[in-house]
Amino acid sequence: MLKFLEMGGYAAYVWPSYALTALVVGMNIYWARRSLREARAEARRRLASTRVKT
Amino acid sequence: VAWVWFHRFGSPPYFYRVAGVLTPWFGWAAALLCTAGVIGGLGFAPPDYQQGDGFRIIYVHAPSAWLSLMVYVVMASGAFVGLVWRINVAHAVAASCASIGASFTAVALVTGSLWGRRMWGTYWEWDPRLVSELMLLFLYLGYMGLRSAIDDTGRADRASAVLAIVGVVNVPIIHYSVIWWNSLHQAPSVMKFGKPTIELSMLIPLLLMLAGFTALFVTLLLIRARGEVLRRERNARWTVDVVGPIGEAA
Repeated sequence: MLKFLEMGGYAAYVWPSYALTALVVGMNIYWARRSLREARAEARRRLASTRVKT
Repeated sequence: VAWVWFHRFGSPPYFYRVAGVLTPWFGWAAALLCTAGVIGGLGFAPPDYQQGDGFRIIYVHAPSAWLSLMVYVVMASGAFVGLVWRINVAHAVAASCASIGASFTAVALVTGSLWGRRMWGTYWEWDPRLVSELMLLFLYLGYMGLRSAIDDTGRADRASAVLAIVGVVNVPIIHYSVIWWNSLHQAPSVMKFGKPTIELSMLIPLLLMLAGFTALFVTLLLIRARGEVLRRERNARWTVDVVGPIGEAA
């Protein structure tokens, strides 16, 4: 296990690359879902206020 | 028949519904492919005869670099279709690509820089491949900046579409930079005609990662484009059906 983590002496280059990629993938998933959630909330608010007016 | 398909997808309610159905399929495909790719790449692929375990950066670097180019082509295609046929959904797709593309371009640059530090002895070199990839990041950022600077969505769509289409010349420059010029960066070992010059046990995890990242991009694009389409359909009746009960505390 320790040998695996050492990555044959390249640990300082391999692991940060994987960590950064995982972070950016996670952020992208979070941002995309948040953006859709906000668009839906916005549409709901807008429709609700239109109904009050008419 | 192709035209019917084309126009159907140009219809916002149809796009919203179908994209919603497709999202979990692409999402699970991405999760499975990437998990298998990482396990194969870190656990089963043998160390490189020159680079030892350092070459394993390829399994995150190459898929990110692939996405940086593919996302741009999708963005420019969406912009082109939106501009020529005035299809709003196509503009929504193009606008949804930019931040995804920019983030994976940044990952390709940073992981490449770490790899380069170890193998070439430098984080950065004014090399054709590296510079053209950096230009791609600036194109994405310029596209996003231009969109956010224009309040009117229609004008933002048209102006940013022109930028995206002009910028497409950079894509072949990036791809062929390692062939046309004497570059530090290695030539392609998979994305070329003929047999790939890479060991099969190294190649399979790489292909899994490339497919996984592609599926991830489709998933992200579907989610973002649905939101974008909804924002553009300010007062359309169909939006009532898709946002749930109205009058609830939102």
